[in-house]
Amino acid sequence: MSNDTHNHSHSHSHGGAHALPFWRKYIFSTDHKTIGLQYGITAIFFLLFGFGLMLLMRWQLAYPKQAIPLIGKLFTEDGVLSPELYNQFGAMHGTIMVFLGVVPLAVGAFGNYLVPLQVGAQDMAFPKLNMLSYWAYFCGGVVMLGSFFSPNGAAASGWTSYPPLAVVADNGQSLWLIGMVFLITSSLLGSVNTIVTAIQLRVKGLSFMRWPIFVWAQVTTAFLLLLAFPPLEAAGVLQLMDRIAGTSFFLPSGLVVSGEALKVSGGGNPILWQHLFWFLAHPEVYVLILPAVGIVGEIIAVNTKKPLYGYKTLVYSLVFLGFMSFIVWAHHMFMTGMGVTMSTFFQATTMIISVPSVIILTTYLLTLWGASITYTVPMLFATAFLPMFAIGGLTGLPLGLTASDIHLHDTYYVIGHFHYVVAPGTLFALMAGVYFWYPKITGRFMSDTLGKIHFWLSVIAINGVFMPMFFMGMAGVSRRLYDQTIYAHGAAAQPLNVIMSVSAWILAVAQLPFLYNMATSWKTGKKVDSNNPWGGTTLEWAASSPPPHENFPTPVEVYRAPYEYSPNKKLLPQFVQEA
Amino acid sequence: MEQPQYGFWLPPNISTHGAEIDSLISTLHWFMAILFIGWGIYLIYCLIRFRARPGHEADVSGNTHFLIPKYIEIAIVIFEAGLLIFFAAPIWAKVKKNFPNEAESIVVKVTSEQFAWTIHYPGRDGKFGQLKTELIDGTNPVGLDREDPNGKDDILSPNILNIPVNKPVIVQLTAKDVIHSFSLPVMRVKQDAIPGMTIPLWFQATQTGKFEIACAQLCGVGHTQMRGFFNVMSQEEYDTWFNEEEKSLLGDAESATQPSGENQ
Repeated sequence: MSNDTHNHSHSHSHGGAHALPFWRKYIFSTDHKTIGLQYGITAIFFLLFGFGLMLLMRWQLAYPKQAIPLIGKLFTEDGVLSPELYNQFGAMHGTIMVFLGVVPLAVGAFGNYLVPLQVGAQDMAFPKLNMLSYWAYFCGGVVMLGSFFSPNGAAASGWTSYPPLAVVADNGQSLWLIGMVFLITSSLLGSVNTIVTAIQLRVKGLSFMRWPIFVWAQVTTAFLLLLAFPPLEAAGVLQLMDRIAGTSFFLPSGLVVSGEALKVSGGGNPILWQHLFWFLAHPEVYVLILPAVGIVGEIIAVNTKKPLYGYKTLVYSLVFLGFMSFIVWAHHMFMTGMGVTMSTFFQATTMIISVPSVIILTTYLLTLWGASITYTVPMLFATAFLPMFAIGGLTGLPLGLTASDIHLHDTYYVIGHFHYVVAPGTLFALMAGVYFWYPKITGRFMSDTLGKIHFWLSVIAINGVFMPMFFMGMAGVSRRLYDQTIYAHGAAAQPLNVIMSVSAWILAVAQLPFLYNMATSWKTGKKVDSNNPWGGTTLEWAASSPPPHENFPTPVEVYRAPYEYSPNKKLLPQFVQEA
Repeated sequence: MEQPQYGFWLPPNISTHGAEIDSLISTLHWFMAILFIGWGIYLIYCLIRFRARPGHEADVSGNTHFLIPKYIEIAIVIFEAGLLIFFAAPIWAKVKKNFPNEAESIVVKVTSEQFAWTIHYPGRDGKFGQLKTELIDGTNPVGLDREDPNGKDDILSPNILNIPVNKPVIVQLTAKDVIHSFSLPVMRVKQDAIPGMTIPLWFQATQTGKFEIACAQLCGVGHTQMRGFFNVMSQEEYDTWFNEEEKSLLGDAESATQPSGENQ
């Protein structure tokens, strides 16, 4: 194959020319690949940490007020998770998973590592900004983790931090807000970098309509971050002022907390926060899902050995989805006393946004028609993504229509809905991405057997966690309850909690082969025999594995659209001139 | 009074508007099930038929165009638009906008706080007494001014909402401290209670019984404890309860001067 022209001996000889001290090469590095890995490792740590919080909460949910076995005494004197800790863990689970786990992994790690490679660039457009972005994220993470050790613990007002609750809450909330300012700053720096890199540093021949679908997804995501995060950063600072400087942006007059009139000027409005928050947090949902859509597209194209069906339609759908995500936010607020006109507008936009989502899913499904599907581990995860994302998307319908939302709003149904999008949806896609690009990053494959064990256990367990939530929500059980058995309708649905908890613990065990695989294959995995072990068509497969500093020692050029395959299993990569 | 049966699906519905919500929910779930099963069958078929195997090659021409998915997509859009225009928006207008006549309804104020509900009835005069923040204490959680002539006969009921069956109930909902959400699962009622705002809602019960009020919005460490009850009574039972409450407030002499039976 002609793509073997740069072999890995090239990279070693090249690396010597850029001898940097250890701390510049691995700690304060400006190389997008090192930063991508820093993001990836930190994000996986936080994903495990956030997952761990939920594993503890799930004990309390399954067996209310019973002591957590073995480790319960670490948290409270009697080993029973207290309602205070439950609320802290709940708020921090959401915050950590979204802002410190999934987004940094999807955007910070995969985006950083792959966007420059896929557009043929030597590095990000602004390498120092890139480094700053990681370290701002790191500081945000330290502040968030540190908040557990503040006198009354971490933030406990939900990841949504609705005032007045968040304003009258303990000091953990101030640290949460400061942490968020770091994280948002990090995302803003990263998004500018992605946009400029993808557009300005394209190699010759790489027109926009030749961008790999992953680059389209990352650029759309970057625009969402760039435009949606600033309002939340501002709102976060306003809430911090309400907490520490006595302002009343979100506090109305006449508040009486615990029988005492609150000594604030008042005149603010708690709904304002919700608008500012959801103006970010709805696009944030697409920040979580779009990179996953991009990863799945790459993996499907490579493992079906045929072009993605309807590439242009797919691109337009991604961009339209990104645009629409800015005008649906108030569907999170139907129960705040919204009138008919406004609710009808936001219902209509919500129904409209389902159209590009269905189109994206349809194009992937149609790509399978006439394919030759190789069931590699990444492909297994990418395949599972399709029905899981479908469940997540479909269950948005009853929540997006106001009348059915009356019963389902703020119940477990909502939790089931967005977890199907983010957990077996996005996280499966990210795991697929890890298996898929691991050979590019390390020069070695991850173990296939361990990968398959990881896949089958995960796909079964994760449905055991989230499927019962729909039934629990239908039964009307409110979310964020410390002990739902207090309610008659909650007690009736309680057996579902046991199923969910046991499934969650199995899911945790199922991640062990993955972590072991990731850690050991670095040294012991099967070595790749070429730069392009899966038979991909995009530019990252032109670089050696791992790619050297500045990625492409000899200049690359793009000659055709991505995902072109010719008959007789011959590859037509973007970077090869002759077929 | 019968005990409601709860399980893993929708709880019983005892409201006049709930049946429409339930039928929308079930229509949507049939629609979702059909789409999902359709996709699923197609997906599994593809995964088996187009698996890589010796002698099988991918069709790489890229000129295949499918029309059926386009028609399905259009059908989905029309269906969703229909649900929105003919079901969701009208039900919402009925529930949230078209309020019954106050004179023919029970009107109450519900004030939520960490972690309790206070139900405030205007009494026989139909007028709520003035509320003053400085009067708030353990026994008077809303700060009702008993000196106010309108407030003398007001009934304050902690955590228990008593209502008659088959009569519209209008609730003026507010919160003292943080955001709560007034959720009556069997009544298909949910409304955020937001400090600084008074938001009206209404419903009408179709059968008697003792049911639960739940808080649906995280409101602090006792969120899970914030459970109230609502008793749907026959009109006679309701009048009896009302008269007894009134008697204990005003004493025998004053309440005896009023004609019994009517309460508005």
